[in-house]
Amino acid sequence: MTEDRIEKRIELQAPVSRVWRALTDYREFGEWFRVKLDGPFVPGQVSRGQITYPGYEHVKWEAVVQKMEPERLFSFTWKVDPKIDSKETPTLVEFRLEKIASGTLLLLTESGFDKIPGDRGLEAFRRNDGGWTEQMKNIESYVAQRS
Amino acid sequence: MSHKGRSSIAAKRRAHAPAFAALGDETRLVLVAKLCAGQPHSISQLTKGSKLTRQAITKHLRVLESVGIVHSVRTGRESRFEFDPEPMEEMKKYLDLVSEQWDQALSRLKTLVEN
Repeated sequence: MTEDRIEKRIELQAPVSRVWRALTDYREFGEWFRVKLDGPFVPGQVSRGQITYPGYEHVKWEAVVQKMEPERLFSFTWKVDPKIDSKETPTLVEFRLEKIASGTLLLLTESGFDKIPGDRGLEAFRRNDGGWTEQMKNIESYVAQRS
Repeated sequence: MSHKGRSSIAAKRRAHAPAFAALGDETRLVLVAKLCAGQPHSISQLTKGSKLTRQAITKHLRVLESVGIVHSVRTGRESRFEFDPEPMEEMKKYLDLVSEQWDQALSRLKTLVEN
């Protein structure tokens, strides 16, 4: 239970080159991740954008691209909501690609959930809690409109 | 991912990080393992069989106490420590939530590349 990482593996029926593009082209990434990014991913540079999921458009995206090894590894560190605390330690997200007979095996890990400093954290949690309740309402009304 | 409020996720992540960190230590894990059997233990009981000093054990217990994983109960002149499962259950729930969000995001990715 003390594990502090998420691991996923998924088989995709598409060539590695196609998956690589969906991960690293900032427009395609934004489409499935639901974020509007300001520009292309560049290793070592900050990637900024805005979440596009209805009800969450106010949430900012901020990541630092770590590695882009073509068709093998794409990774970034991710601050979930940079607005709240700029000193927050990010988690590390890694996508690893492997060619398999049916297409591509994608391995995802998100790690580092234990690295976020404590005291400030609890404070941020309290501050943010009201906002979350608000957002739940937004979601509810959005879903109601669509149904 | 993103949806269902990454900001909610952010908040939860911040809230749980200290607990994750508290458990990222072998001595503390051993202490938790002893205590989660249910019986409150005194510091002497917890120090027994360990190479660490009473002071060192106490320090580790205080770390666990600060994130709510253990509580101290005073009986007479002695402090006993007992396990509280709630923070660890909360941590698990939180990771489950992040995990579910990735499932959803990856399923959108799958649709994108396979069509």
